[in-house]
Amino acid sequence: MRARRASSLSQRPDASHVSFPGALKSAFTSSLKYENPEAFPALPTYRVVNQHGIVVDQSFEPDITDDKVVELYKNMMFVSVMDLIMFDAQRQGRVSFYMVSAGEEAVSVGSASVLDPEDVIFCQYREQGAFRQRGFTATDFMSQLFANKRDPSKGRMMPIHYGSKELNIHTISSTLATQLPHASGAAYALKLQRLRDPKSKPRVVAVYFGEGAASEGDFHAALNIAATRSCPVIFICRNNGYAISTPTLEQYRGDGIASRGIGYGIETIRVDGNDIWAVREATKKAREMALEGGGKPVLIECMTYRVSHHSTSDDSFAYRARVEVEDWKRRDNPLTRLRKWMEARGCWDEAKEKESREATRKEVLKAFSEAEREKKPPMRAMFEDVYEELTEDLKAQMMELKDILDRYPDEYEVGEFEGGKDSLKV
Amino acid sequence: RSTELPPEIRNGATKKMNLFQAINDALGIALAEDDSVVVFGEDVAFGGVFRCTMKLMETHGSERVFNTPLTEQGIMGFGIGLAAEGMRPVAEIQFADYVFPAFDQLVNEGAKYRYREGSCGRSAGGLTVRMPCGGVGHGGLYHSQSPESLFTHIPGLRVIMPRSPIQAKGLLLAAIRSNDPCIFMEPKILYRAAVEHVPVGPYELPLSKAEILKEGNDITIISYGQPLYTCLSAIKRAEEDLGISAELVDLRTLYPWDKQTVFNSVRKTGRVIVVHESMVNAGIGAEVAAAIQEDHETFIRLEAPVARVAGWSIHNPLLYERFHIPDVTRVYDRIKKVLDHVIS
Repeated sequence: MRARRASSLSQRPDASHVSFPGALKSAFTSSLKYENPEAFPALPTYRVVNQHGIVVDQSFEPDITDDKVVELYKNMMFVSVMDLIMFDAQRQGRVSFYMVSAGEEAVSVGSASVLDPEDVIFCQYREQGAFRQRGFTATDFMSQLFANKRDPSKGRMMPIHYGSKELNIHTISSTLATQLPHASGAAYALKLQRLRDPKSKPRVVAVYFGEGAASEGDFHAALNIAATRSCPVIFICRNNGYAISTPTLEQYRGDGIASRGIGYGIETIRVDGNDIWAVREATKKAREMALEGGGKPVLIECMTYRVSHHSTSDDSFAYRARVEVEDWKRRDNPLTRLRKWMEARGCWDEAKEKESREATRKEVLKAFSEAEREKKPPMRAMFEDVYEELTEDLKAQMMELKDILDRYPDEYEVGEFEGGKDSLKV
Repeated sequence: RSTELPPEIRNGATKKMNLFQAINDALGIALAEDDSVVVFGEDVAFGGVFRCTMKLMETHGSERVFNTPLTEQGIMGFGIGLAAEGMRPVAEIQFADYVFPAFDQLVNEGAKYRYREGSCGRSAGGLTVRMPCGGVGHGGLYHSQSPESLFTHIPGLRVIMPRSPIQAKGLLLAAIRSNDPCIFMEPKILYRAAVEHVPVGPYELPLSKAEILKEGNDITIISYGQPLYTCLSAIKRAEEDLGISAELVDLRTLYPWDKQTVFNSVRKTGRVIVVHESMVNAGIGAEVAAAIQEDHETFIRLEAPVARVAGWSIHNPLLYERFHIPDVTRVYDRIKKVLDHVIS
């Protein structure tokens, strides 16, 4: 990596290009003309398979066996089956909150399926498919959702804030877009670690976010810093048309998110997010590009539609027509699209579909009831991990809480926590 | 020379350094001893607008010492990402006045990373954020602020402010090596003013440990950063005029802070004043005063109310700085008043 210093630029007499340091390749023009964004055609949307399951990219050859394709389909199905069960579970008050991924399963499963397992992932919150694709089990999901003692974040985070050390996925936080500059920094870390040890495996960072989050300042900061520091990071936008109730017309007036990538000097593509093959091909290529020339960022905008409510705290029919949603469900859906492709190929049929759905349902329900019965983490976990070590203040506060629980035993229920109040002993 | 330093450092070679040179020295040592240390921010590559990063890029390479685009939230988020993947980033915010765009990243991300990762084990602990702070005589609204008490209200962060070159080097090395995210605030008025013989070898001064700068029996004065020098002058005059002796405590780490050293001093003297530049309400003085009166052993030894001498509850006005930031007269006057106080 060579330092790019301010070069000794000077304007040559009668040159046709401006040598202002801020825009080196800009030609002089004598006609006064503002660029009108509407004069540019919208960036095209790459697809491999259309909504009838028919291949439209004639150069396309599946790069995996049919068994592997079935695996991808089953992972998408897992997310959609778990979504239905957990949405209802929230309605029954058995978990406090939930967010479904309906309509967006191909984006997360497809992209994660072509990353290396050691690539680092950052998520927004609607990427259950990436966790599943990486190997998250039904028990892993349920432990977090029910905040039991197997939950890595020890019952501190709301449901769907998953994370995994083994699977190289950073823990989700609720704050939108904050993970984007983290991804740039993490990618820079991977790049420096590789410079230090050139024999180590080349790795990239992939980071997911919605089109609403792309309006945050952190989106701007992250793409700009990734471009200027040449970070091997793939920005994957899920443009599903809505940020809670806000339609994209109120989110931006440019050509989606993809058009912005070009402005940051980042190679960019827009893909059909309901087409798992398009997502896979684009992400595979992005990963190669991200590692070229010591590293660079790439932006993928996946066009899709948020079929579900934003979350269990949202009734989306308050701001969009039921018929619009039904239309999307019927017309196009990432699962049915891949299913059509698989059926045409002869590796899937109605019987397999039925059997697989039932098996998935059983798998989720079994993990559900086990997780629900599991003990909660030790209460001590509420004071730990604020700092690397418990501070004197925190030790004193832990003792103060213990004392209250000792003297007012009827006021608090602590039986569900592993070890009861005794874990608060210093 | 501080007895906290190991003998080989205490008796070893020294070099005359001002505060910015001591910080530069600490950064150079950190970069040399650990290749996961990375230094970045706005304009750090050519040496920094306060010269704290002079020659670091030339010595350690443009991969590890570099300029970022002008975006504080980006700098902070980028640093947190680096730290979460095992690096030790040292990020610079050009003035503490400009840290606010990075507040979300600091409060919701850097400070909470370890807590939310839980047994996943990742954290932003490798992160150190340096920022020049405090009045400089003519900094006006946006080159004078001391936002330390905003950081001390964020669980998960360590907040540190040195008073001198020797301290700056030892505390900065401790902050960089610490596995908790650290806010390192540098009183910019001292960058060139304070000069000391600083040990050239690597050393650390302990975090969360106050230092008794001067022993005394009649009154305790607690401060940190630049106002310690104001306090020293005021104490000298008060001791001459009033025949008393005052104890001066440098907090050094503002959170988690060293309550025991403060309590012990106040139990001895029975009278206490807290002095800081930033505005009085909800400042460090409020926390220190509350903790003193909350501690039974210390409370019963008080012979006067805990007093605070601090900035007024205003912004930092250009023309009026000398009337705003606590000066020798205000501290001297408060020493007199606290000593005159009789609990009836």
